[in-house]
Amino acid sequence: MNLTHILSYSIWTPIFLGGLILLLSGKVSDTQAKWFSLVSSVVSFLITIPLYTAFDFSFGQFQFQEFFHWIPAFHINYHLGVDGFAVPLILLTSFTTVIVVLASWRSIEDRVAQYMAAFLMMSGLMIGVFSALDAMLYYIFWEAMLIPMFLVIGIWGGPNRIYATIKFFLYTVLGSLLMLVAFIYLYLHTHSFEVVNFYNAGLGLYPQIFIFLALFMAFAVKIPMWPLHTWLPDAHVEAPTGGSVVLAAVMLKLGAYSFMRFAMPIAPEAAIYLKEFMVTLSLIAILYIALIAIIQKDMKKLIAYSSISHMGFVTLGLFMFNSIGIEGAYVQMISHGFISAAMFLSVGVLYDRLHTRQIADYGGVIHAMPTFAAFAVFFAMANCGLPGTSGFVGEFMVIMSAMQNNFWIALIAASSLIFGAAYSLWMVKRVFYGEARNQKIRVLKDISWREFFILSILALLIILVGIYPKIITDMTNASTVQFLEHMHLIKPVTSLPLDV
Amino acid sequence: MNQLIQSDLSLIWPEIFVLSMAMVVLMTDLFIKPSMRWIIFALSQFTLLGGAYLTGQHFNHQTEFAFSNMFVRDGLADLLKMMSYAGTSLIFFYSRSYMKDRNLYRGEYFSLVLFALLGMMIMISSHNMLLVYMGLELLSLCLYSLTALDRDNQKATESAIKYFVLGALASGLLLYGMSMIYGATSSLDLNVISTALLNNPTDHAILILGLVFVVAGLAFKLGAVPFQMWVPDIYEGSPSSIAMLISSVPKLAAFAITVRILGDGLQSMMVDWKQMMLIMAVLSVGIGNVTAVAQTNIKRMYAYSTISHIGFILFGLMSGTLNGYASSLFYVVSYMFMTLVSFAVLMMMSRKNFECESLEDFKGLNKRNPWYAFLMLITMLSMAGIPPTIGFYAKFMVLQAAFDAGFASYVVYAVMMALVGMFYYMRIVKLMYFDEPKLKNKLDVSMDIEWILSVNACALLIVGLIPHAFMEATTQAVALSLH
Repeated sequence: MNLTHILSYSIWTPIFLGGLILLLSGKVSDTQAKWFSLVSSVVSFLITIPLYTAFDFSFGQFQFQEFFHWIPAFHINYHLGVDGFAVPLILLTSFTTVIVVLASWRSIEDRVAQYMAAFLMMSGLMIGVFSALDAMLYYIFWEAMLIPMFLVIGIWGGPNRIYATIKFFLYTVLGSLLMLVAFIYLYLHTHSFEVVNFYNAGLGLYPQIFIFLALFMAFAVKIPMWPLHTWLPDAHVEAPTGGSVVLAAVMLKLGAYSFMRFAMPIAPEAAIYLKEFMVTLSLIAILYIALIAIIQKDMKKLIAYSSISHMGFVTLGLFMFNSIGIEGAYVQMISHGFISAAMFLSVGVLYDRLHTRQIADYGGVIHAMPTFAAFAVFFAMANCGLPGTSGFVGEFMVIMSAMQNNFWIALIAASSLIFGAAYSLWMVKRVFYGEARNQKIRVLKDISWREFFILSILALLIILVGIYPKIITDMTNASTVQFLEHMHLIKPVTSLPLDV
Repeated sequence: MNQLIQSDLSLIWPEIFVLSMAMVVLMTDLFIKPSMRWIIFALSQFTLLGGAYLTGQHFNHQTEFAFSNMFVRDGLADLLKMMSYAGTSLIFFYSRSYMKDRNLYRGEYFSLVLFALLGMMIMISSHNMLLVYMGLELLSLCLYSLTALDRDNQKATESAIKYFVLGALASGLLLYGMSMIYGATSSLDLNVISTALLNNPTDHAILILGLVFVVAGLAFKLGAVPFQMWVPDIYEGSPSSIAMLISSVPKLAAFAITVRILGDGLQSMMVDWKQMMLIMAVLSVGIGNVTAVAQTNIKRMYAYSTISHIGFILFGLMSGTLNGYASSLFYVVSYMFMTLVSFAVLMMMSRKNFECESLEDFKGLNKRNPWYAFLMLITMLSMAGIPPTIGFYAKFMVLQAAFDAGFASYVVYAVMMALVGMFYYMRIVKLMYFDEPKLKNKLDVSMDIEWILSVNACALLIVGLIPHAFMEATTQAVALSLH
């Protein structure tokens, strides 16, 4: 099998199929559109599999590179390539799309084809973000990805959707415009938009700080880091289940990934210089946001705040500047992708049946839905970091790396495990246990085979990463070494230059 | 001597053709029945096609002068003229049913637009201040009378008077400035002025005074703050088709004379006009975008959006480099195609005795007609500058040029203002996609217009995906025409 253009296929297949669904939207029935979308998403997922199987994990450089001159006038190239950081996230993206299509099978009735097409296109665009090695190409994917999400929240969202979607859009664009200015600066400096040339730009400390802060605005909004997080709870609450899943599982990861791909390697000295700043923000996110999560009355809002808190571990791990921290952050990203998707899907299951997300409206769900309750309790446990689940591994690694740096940072970060348990388990207690609050809950039907299938796959993946995290760390290991070498934090082991 | 005239004439064949055809259109209209108006329409389109053919015949990279250096034919002129034909042709198509419904589908409309086009062509090709003024007046007079074309409409008449008074004032300013520059350099020829300023800097005070007046006159024609007052009123008062004309093609000509006078003739006074441009650019981008947010009338919103786009064009011009001029050229041309679609959709939604003017009228367009909603979506994204549409590259190029010229902090400012702009463009998307329709009627648009509109709007996206050829064309045109 020829894998030269595997990245292009991974990007453009879902976009093309999504466009096809859009064109067919008036001519086929909703059921046909759903089946067609399911097949498309599965095909798109299968296309990305060779990225994993054929990837050389001992090698930290960019692989599967594709290159041609796209806009020579500005030295903008269509340059794709992936390293160990990008491959797992690409797989996560295409996998999540399949889950989303399945999860929206019953809950979306209005304009089904448009909905499915939006998710397929979004999937392709996000893979584009993960694999672009040209800053302008990256920027274009990054911005284009907003449009389907904007429409998904705005069309299929809840009652306050318009406020939420415009807030989401403007927040994100505010950051990305500053990123564009930073890219223009780097372009004028290096006469190229190639990421590897940016790495070797040789900037002074002050330009680096400006570049770092401009990129920080773009990525910190996306992650989101405190205090730029306020769009996320609104967006999550109003988005349809599929939108929440993609937002939590993949879109938040784009920010963290971009820190590793752009902000830190381009401005290494600034990243180290601003380490305390970043660590402080991460700790505030971990602790303060966890406290906020405890008092939430809306389940989706609670999970949204829990996401912000968990992403705080990712940024904390990244800015510990040691290999266990970075790999821990990475495991945390993947794990959070599974767990948050599962949590949002569980809320979706309840919402489809009772059309409310208020915790106070529930109680005693376990009597009517025992199978579902088992899943939900398991996901909540994973969310608060039960050993044996993926949630534990990531947080543990990050706390270990923090311990190598500073005892107090580790202590603060570790204390959030208690709060995590508090909000997750308290929510489970109030929703699933106790007396059934009303008649509607007593007659709930347990999950269908389709829901069972989705949730069990996610549960299996959470356990798999929990007991054998090596499948992820193996992928990122070489790239982490490469990354730290570039940041001049460890001595080069090999003599390979960074740009191949 | 005979030889000379002949070679001079060969350069202005397109102008001669458009002029004679405009008269033919005017005369033909007298002799045909109202039901035969399609002949006029066909003749006008033929004029544009013929003009394009004649301009295309001379398409080469050489710069040629005619009539003692008054008239110039170069890459910039050819490109802008071609785009003007295309824009005018689209205007004729889009306005057809709108004008018919309002009983304005008459010969005067076509001949006045063609005369206006002639004025623009003269402006684009002029290399002498006098010729600039001539073209400008021809264009302006046509636009004044077009604004009042619907003469029973009080609002239209009022805005025509307003336009005329302010426009005459601006022409006066421009003329006054030109006369001062003439006084200082004793020439109106841009080449001579440029060399005179380079070799022996004469009385600086009088030159600066002249420059201020010239820049003010140009800024008025472009519609840059603080000379923007007329723009929203004229857009609101005039029929949509005329507002579409005013907002689109003449900007190309105004860009051409600005580049030729400031970038070519008064090149050595760059330090002085750069500052003025900077202030105007900053104000236009700011006031245009912020004020547009508060508008409920869609045409006034378009007007303020135009002002903000002009601000971005000035950002490219003020960098004073070939790169900057090229980026502005790219911007102005892509702006023209965007604005044409935005007005065209407005006119498709209007019908007899109903003007689509309020933002509310866009509500639920996706439910009424998903395809138009999609075309409008592309256009709004392009106006907002979101990739991968052409509007993104326009903003990118302009900001990159300004950054390169050392205006880094202003670029950050412009970017923040673009964010404000995104808000009101996305509000239209919101109205179209997220709200329930207020008007229930179906949009009936003839097939040919629908196709043309679709091609025009989709081009904003497709050229956005493969922008290289267009970028190269603008860069080349500027590089070969200005020095």
